[in-house]
Amino acid sequence: MINQNFISQCKIIFGHENVLTDKAELLTYSYDATAGIPREIPSLVVFPQNTKQIQELIFLARQTKTPIYPRGAGTCLSGGPVPLSKGVVVSFQKMNKIVEIDADNLTATVQPGVIIADLNTAVAKYGLIYPPDPGSMATATIGGSVAENSGGLRGLKYGVTKHYIMGMEVVMPTGEIFRFGGKTVKNVTAYDFTHLFVGSEGTLGIITEIICKLIPSPKYHRVLIAFFDKLENAGKTVTDIIRNHVIPATLEIMDKVTIQTVENYAKIGLPTDVEALLLIEVDGMGKDSVEWEAKTCLKIIQQNNGKPKIAETDAEKDSLWTARRAALPALAQVKPATILEDATVPRTFLVDMLIAIQNIAKKYNLMIGTFGHAGDGNLHPTILVDPTDKDEMDRLHKAVDEIFEKALSLGGTLSGEHGIGVAKLKYLRSEIGRSGIDTIRRIKQALDPDNILNPGKLVPMED
Amino acid sequence: MTKTVFDDIETLKKELIRCMKCGNCMAVCPVYNVEKKESSVARGKIALGEAVLSNAINIDDETLIKLIFNCLLCKSCMMACPSGVRFDRIILGLRAAIFKKKGLPFIKKALFGLLKNPEMFDKGMKAFAALQGLFLKSEGEKKRTPKGFLKGISQRFDAQFILPELSRESFRDRISEIIQVEKSQTIAIFFTGCSVNYLYPEVGDDLIYVLKKNNVTVITPKNQNCCGMPVLVHGDIETARELARKNIDAFENTKAQQIVTVCGSCGSALKNEYPILLERTFYEEKAKKWANRVYDISTFLLKAIQLKPPKGRVELKITYHDSCHLRKSMKVFNEPRQLLKSLPGITFVEMKKPDACCGSGGSYHLTNVDTSLKIAKTKTEDIKTTEADVVCTGCPACMMEIFESLHRFKGISNVIHTVSLLAQSYKSEKDEKKN
Repeated sequence: MINQNFISQCKIIFGHENVLTDKAELLTYSYDATAGIPREIPSLVVFPQNTKQIQELIFLARQTKTPIYPRGAGTCLSGGPVPLSKGVVVSFQKMNKIVEIDADNLTATVQPGVIIADLNTAVAKYGLIYPPDPGSMATATIGGSVAENSGGLRGLKYGVTKHYIMGMEVVMPTGEIFRFGGKTVKNVTAYDFTHLFVGSEGTLGIITEIICKLIPSPKYHRVLIAFFDKLENAGKTVTDIIRNHVIPATLEIMDKVTIQTVENYAKIGLPTDVEALLLIEVDGMGKDSVEWEAKTCLKIIQQNNGKPKIAETDAEKDSLWTARRAALPALAQVKPATILEDATVPRTFLVDMLIAIQNIAKKYNLMIGTFGHAGDGNLHPTILVDPTDKDEMDRLHKAVDEIFEKALSLGGTLSGEHGIGVAKLKYLRSEIGRSGIDTIRRIKQALDPDNILNPGKLVPMED
Repeated sequence: MTKTVFDDIETLKKELIRCMKCGNCMAVCPVYNVEKKESSVARGKIALGEAVLSNAINIDDETLIKLIFNCLLCKSCMMACPSGVRFDRIILGLRAAIFKKKGLPFIKKALFGLLKNPEMFDKGMKAFAALQGLFLKSEGEKKRTPKGFLKGISQRFDAQFILPELSRESFRDRISEIIQVEKSQTIAIFFTGCSVNYLYPEVGDDLIYVLKKNNVTVITPKNQNCCGMPVLVHGDIETARELARKNIDAFENTKAQQIVTVCGSCGSALKNEYPILLERTFYEEKAKKWANRVYDISTFLLKAIQLKPPKGRVELKITYHDSCHLRKSMKVFNEPRQLLKSLPGITFVEMKKPDACCGSGGSYHLTNVDTSLKIAKTKTEDIKTTEADVVCTGCPACMMEIFESLHRFKGISNVIHTVSLLAQSYKSEKDEKKN
């Protein structure tokens, strides 16, 4: 493990100023944004500036069997960067250069510590965007979001992180530096390593450079909001929109509890007697096609007895978005702790899942507000609790178990965009089965024979 | 009496628990943006508070003290926080607990790292304390520039360091306590703050000029004190409370309906800190009453009285810097812009991030020089890009910092208080009439 020699070596590798050893500093690396998981204080935090340093750290860690925990901004919602077995936290926030923007090949090459929003600001002057937009994009790093395969609000039309990563440089757990993929749209050389490392949650290698795919920024946007007296009508609107071949960039839902909480908090004039609202944004490069999409949505909403409102100006557009933006802040005000889940189902089962969550809330006497990406079937049941209330916490755990059970029974998944980490490790087998567990272990053991990279996450080492 | 966060650290529990560790504060924290370290940002300091309460670390741990004082108190994090965590109470509560355990000299020494030369430190602190109004009775004392005294105290006092001239009569020494006008619209107290009193008396003159123009009777109580912010941010709650009570007594002795400030920090102390400081005491109601009557000069002119708009031409290209305490604590940002844009002849350009901190943070720019200079450099670059003749702002601490960093990083703009530009416009009205 870590002794004085290890620390001195790290100071030589990273420089004195890039190694933290004081207890007070280390304490602040014991958590991420996940509620209700164990915390642990690392023995050391290092801030790399280049790939070579990470390679040297790996050699050092292999000799001493020291666990390594890569960390971006620590906004993870599944416990990814928490140093469960102490060891070294590798914090990427200072390795944050945009290496290159290649507007003609529509790529950006970045170091892992680049903040997602900063990349978007940098490519905006070429009229381009990097579409993955997790809620934390103003702080989250590209490296962290690649490791977690983050989603976002635009997933339905534009996909998620994995659809925008074309290649990377990785330091393997055995110390080799490995580059794969590149700027070409097509590349079928060897295994599809990109898709192996995206979403590997820091367990297979340390990502040190990333080639991102960019797309032209849509020129036209229309935003609509619609209120429904029945959940079923909101659900049918979602499927009808897709059936009519409109793929909105954003198709968000908020349930009654969320609407009431938002109105109570932000006083923006939302009707509090409705069962659901949908927020829809359509976008594209052609004015006529975007208009057609907006009108089609409008018609479908009316056919399903929804009350629609369409934004005519930028200010109106912004005011319609206010409700959705306020969802999490408003819910978070109600009780001291906020447990944000991301169980996901095929979109045709959206209503079944919403009703199931409402019943679970009743059964366990919990306050659950649900909002989320309706178009993706990716819901965020947000459970509001007081961690000092032991009885409530027991009920919370039972409710979460049932939410996952229900999502899986509908052909869904444990996690749409937050990852497994430690938070959902115990449920993993219920989704991928015995064969899945065996496969994930074999992959882990083949690439990280010493189990030094982010141990205890994603891969259950014991039954 | 129920205990407040300043008296009992245990009461912080209910504030700390609200933080869900989402990390949104990282997007806006000027210190984190420079240092890129978890302990720089509110979330990290909240985790440290939790660790103190669970006895995982001692409140007098030396690194912990440095980290808890590594905050500008700009309140940017509070604007971005989805859970409404009251981080100002948390950080001040922790500092109060540190102060109680260790005392101010220890804190200052730990921060300035000057244990090697305590004598010089003491001299320097006295000079600086006088400047900051840390002494309760500072009237009549000869003020002198602390540059010579402070050499060696902070790395900030290098060859590049400049300060406005200090060796002058203080503003309150030379102004009449009551300036009565005819057809008075209202009677207002001018709470000068120490910076205007000692460093920028001309800002005080300009305020009086503008208020006179608007038929406002101005009372500048001689017995007003420092607002208490400099001691409050170092955790010296009892002194802060004493200053607050004395100031409230001074206000109570007048017939004024409002208080006008020209300093974001003083204004926010009166408006937001006094009611918390004096919570559950005999002064609570008075503190609340006066808190509701505090106006920054810009909101006073636009909301509290009938404004006589300044009509004189001011041919300048200007930009505006939002003082953190003015914008994020007093929530004043539209009114100064509205007033400045209304001046004939003015070209107004917004800089890139007008509400980004200037790097001052009271004594932060002396204790945390590297970080402060990096913050100041970004601000200076944003100002330089506008090519403005003048940077306007509503806080003398920001004026001092921006003045210093523009000199250091070769900017060309002048720094002027908003009220001074208004006064300039009123004055050129007169000249125009003459011509």
